[in-house]
Amino acid sequence: MKILVAVKRVIDYNVQIRVKEDGSGVHSDNVKMSTNPPDDNAVEESVKLKESGKVKEVIAVSIGEDKAQETIRKALAVGADRGIHVKSEGYIEPLGIAKILKKVVEKEKPDMVFLGKQAIDDDCNQTGQMLAAMLNWPQSTFSSKITLKDKSLEVVREIDEGLETIEVNLPAVVTCDLRLNEPRYASLPNIMKAKKKPIEQIVAKDLGVDITNRVHQIKVEEPPKRKAGIKVSNVAELVSKLKNEAKVI
Amino acid sequence: MAVLLIAEHNNKNLKPFTLNAITAASKIDPDVHVLVVGSGCENVAKEVAEVSLVKNVLLCDSPNYQNYLPENLAPLVIKQSEKYNHIVASANTFGKNFMPRVAAALDTSQVSDIIKVISPDTFVRPIYAGNAFATVKSNDKKKCVTIRPTSFEPAPKTGGSAQVEKVNAVDVPNFSKFIKREVTKSERPELGTARVVISGGRGLESGENFKLITDIADKLNAAVGASRAAVDAGYISNDHQVGQTGKVVVPDLYIAVGISGAIQHLAGMKESKIIVAINKDGEAPIFSIADYGLEADLFKALPELLSELNKLNTIQK
Repeated sequence: MKILVAVKRVIDYNVQIRVKEDGSGVHSDNVKMSTNPPDDNAVEESVKLKESGKVKEVIAVSIGEDKAQETIRKALAVGADRGIHVKSEGYIEPLGIAKILKKVVEKEKPDMVFLGKQAIDDDCNQTGQMLAAMLNWPQSTFSSKITLKDKSLEVVREIDEGLETIEVNLPAVVTCDLRLNEPRYASLPNIMKAKKKPIEQIVAKDLGVDITNRVHQIKVEEPPKRKAGIKVSNVAELVSKLKNEAKVI
Repeated sequence: MAVLLIAEHNNKNLKPFTLNAITAASKIDPDVHVLVVGSGCENVAKEVAEVSLVKNVLLCDSPNYQNYLPENLAPLVIKQSEKYNHIVASANTFGKNFMPRVAAALDTSQVSDIIKVISPDTFVRPIYAGNAFATVKSNDKKKCVTIRPTSFEPAPKTGGSAQVEKVNAVDVPNFSKFIKREVTKSERPELGTARVVISGGRGLESGENFKLITDIADKLNAAVGASRAAVDAGYISNDHQVGQTGKVVVPDLYIAVGISGAIQHLAGMKESKIIVAINKDGEAPIFSIADYGLEADLFKALPELLSELNKLNTIQK
């Protein structure tokens, strides 16, 4: 079997976001970038399935400017076999990304597509589900435990009320939760080896899909700031403040 | 044209966040129609018909929809969408699961997790874990929108008198199967809608120590939350997680105990009306957004807090 795993390069989750003064977006120059965290879980799970012997090949795909290749290299360094970089400029909405991924799926014919459940930059939580719909495949979102069977996947999903178990026939799209696994770190020898693994480059506009953004970003602002609070010296003072000042208990 | 909202329910009762989504939908277009889709869910349709702001109820009752599998729901929603300009649902694990399937099939770019309606095509939504707010305008003819429930007041449960119109089920693809759902049962209020939330983090050091949190939760009639670190460490189950990828809560009082305040946790609670932080590290980022900060060892502070609360004559419920 074959897994296609999609990885996105985003501003590192530890970076304090700064909104641009002209309202056009957030500062991303000279800011640390890394793989979208749940995408690391998607890569890890793909590699684990390969190590179990059930999966023969793991292909990492990323869409974006040239630097997206760093994200692919990272996936290759932890065990993906080869990469596909779809070169594009600027922000593409989940709808456009899903259309590009569909083209890659049609070419590579994987049995499963793994993605992170959500990107931590635009927080859309759409791409996997959209791709599944476009391919007319079943989906498993928020997946926290995956068991590969002969022709299906049994998946435990994290839902608001607790946990849900479903079974989806293959081929299927899986979006991965942070609790699915513990992503490994790449060893130095594997980082070196990854440099020799092939990355195929495709140009997004050659794929013949309409990726024009439909949702126009008018402005980006800082959220309202909370007023600085006070420190209380002991528990009795805290309870008194909550009772008499804030009046919430 | 009207707006079509997909109700979330358990085939017996409407989930409360649907009421918040109804309010948001009415700000997009006052002609709010609600699709109740499930199995044996006729009573839910009746419940929705009585909600103020609801003008029409569509009921699709079929075993196909018993477990809300997105592969089954989406074709029905797509069929019903013909008569509407907007398709909306709550931005929780229910709405997030099926709505993008609908949007993709309609070749529409979904607007996720809106916190404000500016006009029928312009919305505000948080990005970067709520560290920025984006105002976005959808140019699609048919719009798919998910709504952050805690950003809108719930619609009154009474005062409406909508018709319930039955609609037919459509073919389902039969390539996914529901096996089971393990619903965490709790006597306490639901995390998403509780007036008071008390959350524990890695500072609790073990699952057993969460009893210090639950004792106070019982006293305050509060819901229990947790940071991702505490959930990952196995102290408490995932449905308690507050944060960017967990639940977003906006209680009157949020008490964060042993939580340092990672960006992704703040994303889930920083809109709370009053925030209390109890942490032994005086430099913890959580203090920068807390109204009341107590720099203390939680293992001493929580028993003290319980005994102080016990001294009070009355506690708001």
